[in-house]
Amino acid sequence: MERIPILKMGEYLLVTIQVDMHDRLAMTLQDDLTARIVEARAKGVLIDISALEIVDSFIGRMLADIAAMSRVLDAETVVVGMRPAVAITLVELGLSLTGVRTALNVERGMDLLRERIRERFSE
Amino acid sequence: MTVLLSDQRTVQSAEDVVAIRQAVRQRAVELGFNLVDQTKIVTAASELARNTVQHGGGGRVTIEAVEDFGRRGIRLTFEDEGPGIPNVELAMKDGFTTGGGLGLGLSGARRLSNDFSIESTVGKGTRVTITRWR
Repeated sequence: MERIPILKMGEYLLVTIQVDMHDRLAMTLQDDLTARIVEARAKGVLIDISALEIVDSFIGRMLADIAAMSRVLDAETVVVGMRPAVAITLVELGLSLTGVRTALNVERGMDLLRERIRERFSE
Repeated sequence: MTVLLSDQRTVQSAEDVVAIRQAVRQRAVELGFNLVDQTKIVTAASELARNTVQHGGGGRVTIEAVEDFGRRGIRLTFEDEGPGIPNVELAMKDGFTTGGGLGLGLSGARRLSNDFSIESTVGKGTRVTITRWR
């Protein structure tokens, strides 16, 4: 079966979505990712969507659900690389991705994850 | 309004939804849509195609390049012979859903297009037409 690869880097998981996902593939990613968070004891998840040409309500909901599920599993999620045209369209569509942390690119996303995790450990 | 090009596709599966997104994108590029307008019409197409599969039990889409008073655009007509929508006004509201989604499909597609029309008869089916001009 077709799958989106999930890479482990230390205590982080990295997902780069490079294909135009159909809905079942998006659901599979959601299931795989939650399983991997537990298995890898991941503290952070970085999802790179820079290759995505659109984010519709289904993919938007998947991103929001992943963020919420990872939070429950004690991990932070950051979505990075959204294209400007996608951001404009998403807002007009009516999606604001509430609860999803975003960063411009992978580098800034990693900084944000490290910062968030450091904050949590110092609490 | 003149129809310059027209092609029809079936809308039955999640894979069809992806294929329709790609076909609409290609047509938008050919018509010289800028990137933001391409993204908007492709996103609207994705929402409506998913509705056709999930609520209409499958159907078809007609993708047309149209011209009206010298301006060019894309017209998409999604048709199904599904159960129909009992209350179209309610179905058009943000957040209204019967499919467990976010309820942004119809209302979002309307916001992402310039012209929008919907006809639905209970027990007969639904037809949604959107146009986005360049």
